[in-house]
This record gives sequence, C-alpha cells and structure tokens, in this order.
Amino acid sequence: MQALTDRVKPVDRRPLNFVEKLYIPAILKGMGITFKHIFKKKATVNYPEETRPFSPVFRGLHILNRDEEGRERCTACGLCAVACPAEAITMEAAERKPGEEKLYREEKYAASYEINMLRCIFCGFCEEACPKDAIYLTETFAPSNYDRKGFIYGKDDLLIPDPKKK
Amino acid sequence: MNIDWFFIIEKIALISGVLALSLGVAMYSTWGERKVAAIIQDRRGPNRAGFMGLLQPLADGGKLFFKEEIIPTLSHRFLFILGPSLAMLVACMTSAVIPWGDTLTIGGRQVSLQVADINIGILYIFGVVSLGVYGIMLGGWASNNKYSLLASIRAASQIISYELAMGLSLIALLMLTGSLSLKDIVEQQRHSYWNVVYQPLGFIIFLICAFAECNRTPFDLPEAENELNGGYHLEYSSMKLGFYLFAEYINMFISSALMASMYFGGYSFPFMDSLGLDANLITILGFVALFIKIICFLFLFMWVRWTIPRFRYDQLMRLGWNIMIPIAIVNMLLTGAWILYKQG
Repeated sequence: MQALTDRVKPVDRRPLNFVEKLYIPAILKGMGITFKHIFKKKATVNYPEETRPFSPVFRGLHILNRDEEGRERCTACGLCAVACPAEAITMEAAERKPGEEKLYREEKYAASYEINMLRCIFCGFCEEACPKDAIYLTETFAPSNYDRKGFIYGKDDLLIPDPKKK
Repeated sequence: MNIDWFFIIEKIALISGVLALSLGVAMYSTWGERKVAAIIQDRRGPNRAGFMGLLQPLADGGKLFFKEEIIPTLSHRFLFILGPSLAMLVACMTSAVIPWGDTLTIGGRQVSLQVADINIGILYIFGVVSLGVYGIMLGGWASNNKYSLLASIRAASQIISYELAMGLSLIALLMLTGSLSLKDIVEQQRHSYWNVVYQPLGFIIFLICAFAECNRTPFDLPEAENELNGGYHLEYSSMKLGFYLFAEYINMFISSALMASMYFGGYSFPFMDSLGLDANLITILGFVALFIKIICFLFLFMWVRWTIPRFRYDQLMRLGWNIMIPIAIVNMLLTGAWILYKQG
C-alpha cells in the first residue's frame, strides 16, 4: 500500500531473539530508568509553605482601591458589571451625604459591592473597564471554603485598608 | 528442679525485641514504599505527619483502628476472622530462626542474637511460610465473594507453584553448605566468600520466587485491583485489612533477611575478623551490616514494584512451571557435578 504521509515508520515485527526472550536486559533497562528519576527535580510544590511563582500579568482576587487620602475611588458607575462576561459583579449605588467627603471621593459611591468568586473567570475585563482606577486584580487566589456564601465577597473583603489609618 | 531463669529472661527479651523489630520495620516499610514510589515518580511522598512524614505509619494505623468493622452477613464468621489472624501470626513466626547477629557477652553470659538455632532452620521457615497461604485462602473463601475467591485461588496456585522452584534453588545451596541451620550457613560465609558468588543463578531464582511468594509486583495477581476489585481482602475493613497488608510487609522483611543471610553473608561483613575490635562491638556492627543488607533488599522490592508491570496469569504459571523449575533443576545438577568434581 502506498503511504499517505512521509512520516510512516515501519514496525519491527521480527520474533524476539533469545536475549530479548530472557526479558532480564529489558527489566534492568527499565529499572535504570526509574532509578534515574530518583535524582530528578520534583514536580510537586509544597503548597501552603511555598507557591509557584506567578507571571507579572497573573490575574487573581480583586481589590477595591482607595486614593492617597483613603477615600474610596469606586463611584458605582456599573461599567465593571456591564463588562463582566460571567455576570459576577453586583452593586448598589448611593449618594454621598454632607460630612462623608472623607470617605468617598465623588458624590456617588457603592453602598454594596459584591463579586461572586465562583462565577468570576478572572478575565480582568472589570479592571480594564473601570474609568476610576477603582478595581484591580491581585496575585492571590480565593481560599477554599465550606459553603457557597463564603465565596461572595462583599465590600469589607475587597476594600484595601485605609492608608491614612496605618 | 533447676530452671535457668536468666535463660528464660534472655529469650523473652530477645523474642520481644525481634517481634518489635519486625513490626517496626514493617510499619516503616509502608512509609518507605510510599516514599520510594513518590521519588521514582518525581513526587515528594508523605511529608505532613512529622518530620519527613515519619509519623505517617502511626496515622495510618490509627485510622485503620478507628474504621468501622464490617463482617459480611453471608461470610463464614469464624474463618473470616481467622484469615487475617493466621496471616499475621505466620508472618511473625518466621523471624525466630534468623540469626540477627553473633553472640554478645553480657556479664560472662554468652547471649546468642538468634531466638532458636534449630538445625532445620530453613525447613522451619519453609514450613511456616507454606502455612501463610492458608491465611489468604481462608480469608478469600470465607468472604463469600466471587472476586475474593478468585484471588485466593490465584494466590494458592501461585504460592504453591513458586515454592517448588524456590525449594529447588535452595537445595543447590544446601548441597554446598551441608547444613540446614541458618547460623551455620552465615558462619561459613564469614570465613569465605558470600554464597551469591557460588550460586548466582540460584540466587536469581530465589529472588524471583521470593517476589512471587510475597505477592509483590510483578506477581501481585492476588491483589490485582483492576481485575479483582482489590483481591482476597476485598471484603475486609478496619484493622483486619490492616493485618493482611501488614503481614505482607513483614513477609517482605523476613524474606529480605533470609536472602541476606543465605546469599549475602548475613551479619558478617568484609574484614570483620581482621579489624581487631572488641567481640561485642563486632556483633553490634554485624547486626548493623545485616540491617543495611535488609534495607537494600527492601528497596529492591519497592524499586521493582514501581518499575515492572504485572504479569498475566498464564504467563505467571508458564514462568513458574516451564522456566523456573527447569532452570532450578539444571542449577542443582550443575552444583552437584561441581561438588563431585571438587571431591574427586
């Protein structure tokens, strides 16, 4: 039969000769291979103590940013929620009241801001959509949890600590 | 009536020591097996329980003790419990005749580091090891499960077939040594070369048969998980399962000790009589030497397990009856001819 590609390799179908029938050389060869593996680098990473190095563009858990005076940058415009392909982001907007200027940067702010980490696909579109530099993806990932509720991150989980207070 | 109480105390201490030793080694063989498997597969193995995972055997044992005890309704209750007990008992009994070292001199008393130096030591071991198959057979049959039964049939025929070749390879060795006492065999090797030099073929046959006797890969057909749902201990749970698994590791340890004693000089090591050290120190060093040899064999057992795939059942039987036994007989004849040639 004519070969269909140029990558055809003929298979050696000769019956085994005496040395091959003994199997001992083949067994020793195999044992040599497994012995070599003893000295190879381990593929496992001791996870909680050490982690795999992330690339600089790694996209992990979100944070909500504050400005240099410690005011929340998010204005609850909803662009991140619109950009989100997994529909993981929900928020409720509220108006800033007099006396709250220290807390919120602009007149409108997010009264609640939730990201469902089970829905989130960590694509980073929210980060790109945000006009106020308010949301960023970090280099950590969501820790394990016993129930689904624990994966819905609210504002208190997402907001970075106030730089003024520390 | 004059009872030598020191003798009794000495033997009790020795028996407890040997028993604790074989149980301890078997315990850490499970750890070693997992570590060897891991490093051969580029993994790390158990490293959470204690330093380097050294407490892992205790954690495993504790887990097995706390597991639910299930005895199937349709099983033969008495034999079901007798099976693992017998396997464990027989595994522990063989260590009695192995010489763990030369004699220690404690306060003017000669204490031999061997529980019983009987003149039929090897026959005793063979007899007791043959009983071991009853543990597996009873367990598999009493479970009233077709997979367990199949596995125990496999185990019985495999162990009986390979015992023949093992015995024949040993006869060649015994013709050379002229003694059935393990102590004598070791002492002979102490003053000349190790027996493996005279009996390389016999050693290889014995080694292969030892793998088959211990149900280790590549001959682990009685425990072929993917064919038999686990093998003869399929219906066992809790520490009864633990006993079966444990007995296997003790058997491995004993057969390593046996191979080290018969073919690799036992507690003797090169230049042991020309060092000019204290006799007690030599004895202790000899014990350490024996232990190093045993650990090398245990490593070999594990190394082979993680390298070679399992045999098919007909291949196993053909290897045993058509290849091993004829080679063992030829080896025996050659040894006999050589002895005759030397004599005359």
